[in-house]
Amino acid sequence: MFYSPVITNAAEVASSDRLHLFRYVEDPDQSKVEIFEAHGGYSAWKKALTGMSADEVREEVKKSGLRGRGGAGFPTGMKWGFIPKGSSKPRYLICNADESEPGTCKDRVLMERDPHAVIEGMAIAAYAIGCHQMFIYIRGEFNHCIDRINAAREEAYARGHLGKDIYGSGYDLDMVVHTGGGAYICGEETALLNSLEGKRGMSRIRPPFPAVEGLYACPTIVNNVETLATVPHIINRGADWYRSMGTEKSTGTKIFSLSGHVKRPGNYEVEMGFPLKKLIYDPAYGGGIRDNKKLKGVIPGGSSTPMLTPDMIDVDLDYESLADAGTMLGSGAVIVFHEETCIVWVALRLIRFYRHESCGKCTPCHEGTAWLEQIIRRIEQGLGQPGDIELIEEICGNILGRTVCPLGDAAVMPIQSAIKHWRDEWQYHIDNKKCLVKTNFEFQ
Amino acid sequence: MILTEASREQIREKVSQYPDRKSAILPALTIAYSQTGYLNDEIYREISQVIRVPHVEIAEAATFYTLFPKLPVGKYLIQVCHNISCALLGADSLLAYLEQKLGIKKGETTPDNLFTLVTVECLGSCATAPMMQINQDYYENLTGEKVDRILEELKAKA
Repeated sequence: MFYSPVITNAAEVASSDRLHLFRYVEDPDQSKVEIFEAHGGYSAWKKALTGMSADEVREEVKKSGLRGRGGAGFPTGMKWGFIPKGSSKPRYLICNADESEPGTCKDRVLMERDPHAVIEGMAIAAYAIGCHQMFIYIRGEFNHCIDRINAAREEAYARGHLGKDIYGSGYDLDMVVHTGGGAYICGEETALLNSLEGKRGMSRIRPPFPAVEGLYACPTIVNNVETLATVPHIINRGADWYRSMGTEKSTGTKIFSLSGHVKRPGNYEVEMGFPLKKLIYDPAYGGGIRDNKKLKGVIPGGSSTPMLTPDMIDVDLDYESLADAGTMLGSGAVIVFHEETCIVWVALRLIRFYRHESCGKCTPCHEGTAWLEQIIRRIEQGLGQPGDIELIEEICGNILGRTVCPLGDAAVMPIQSAIKHWRDEWQYHIDNKKCLVKTNFEFQ
Repeated sequence: MILTEASREQIREKVSQYPDRKSAILPALTIAYSQTGYLNDEIYREISQVIRVPHVEIAEAATFYTLFPKLPVGKYLIQVCHNISCALLGADSLLAYLEQKLGIKKGETTPDNLFTLVTVECLGSCATAPMMQINQDYYENLTGEKVDRILEELKAKA
């Protein structure tokens, strides 16, 4: 029935009047339009289109405090407001479904198990910015999500939720499903725009921002899947209800993808400000560390965010608290590793990825990530040289902040934190030509 | 001609959906790849004729994206995720197990042309690690027993 066997906390969500995104994700029929409608689906779209002005929709979302769930955390309603007034060009809404940040597997669940929720959110966002043709850019590997979204799109047209003169309002809205070619960088919004235009997925210099000159040089808004799936709930239940969850600046709920050395990896929807420690150790969520080993480190927001040590995990999962702890909420992908994990081994896995995914546009990133991989690999192989740690730090410093898009920063921030927190272990690796701790993970 | 009329029709249908025909390049590559299982310059030329954009623009895009193998692969392309979440749960030992079962190294194809084994970066299956993708399908929460069964089933189907 479900393609992905991933664990969710849908039962908890269903018994809560606050959590909402995962309410129906364990219902195998939720992807069918009749069932979605029976569960209240498309009522927010109808309400927005027939009872609210575009400005009212935008204001409600702005007031809710919803921030982008793809990683940057930018206020969604404010982003919509950047569309220039009075421009005669077409406007475009793009749902960013290029979920590729290592550790992140949440949008996939929404698309697979509640595809109409994504389409409904897209439609409302499109209306709020005056868009009549919207796109969803799905990563090419997600074949099952692509099939589900395509099927849902057809149903939505057949039931009059998309197409011409929707609900008799005179508003027309079309939807195109676009699939990617396997490039992490296309999750970055300007690279996504180039890719959608049929070009190589290389980022663009901003300004101009996409809201002013985006797809085909027209005003364009790019929002993440989870962000858009949240919008119908805000329209139905109001900004004040949404604001009543989470913290003052990080409102609402968030899906966290928990992976690595926990007993129950899965996707969990919780209110913003949820304690990280509870997510990892509570039996209802992560259930603690695998094989009852000791925790060594946590990457809290996807592979591009700075790591935390065990003494730093008494932190709440919201944008501000994680920033105070020197890291980021990112996409909400919490990656956990235990005491038998060599930190150089972790760093090598991460930098290999960023070297592979660097688009090649900016020299600091395409040269720097390759150098970093070489140096970290030689340390891992027991061929490290005195001064290698300082060399890594110098290269990191020359990448950070010197690239067009955030991929360069994403590549170096976890490496910098790995050296900051475990410098002695790096030094041990160089001096003794081997790991300080055994790293030998067998699959079952 | 490599592309069938059905593939061409699918590409033309895609072209009609976009305000700019160039946007159909990536979908066209996907359609062509799903027909042939590989891409090459001749295919780029055929796509360029269908979409009516210069051949070089097709080649430029195709060579950037990793999803389309440019060399022939076996009937089943096994892609093992080796990124961090899968690696923490034994992706390296999964790869070693597959190498031993298939009698080939990473990057190689079995002599019967049935299986090609490669590693890939994160496929968004982090909470169901370790995992592999074989052609269009994901196989998650893998164990040795599951891998044995999957390989047997694929062999039986071939």
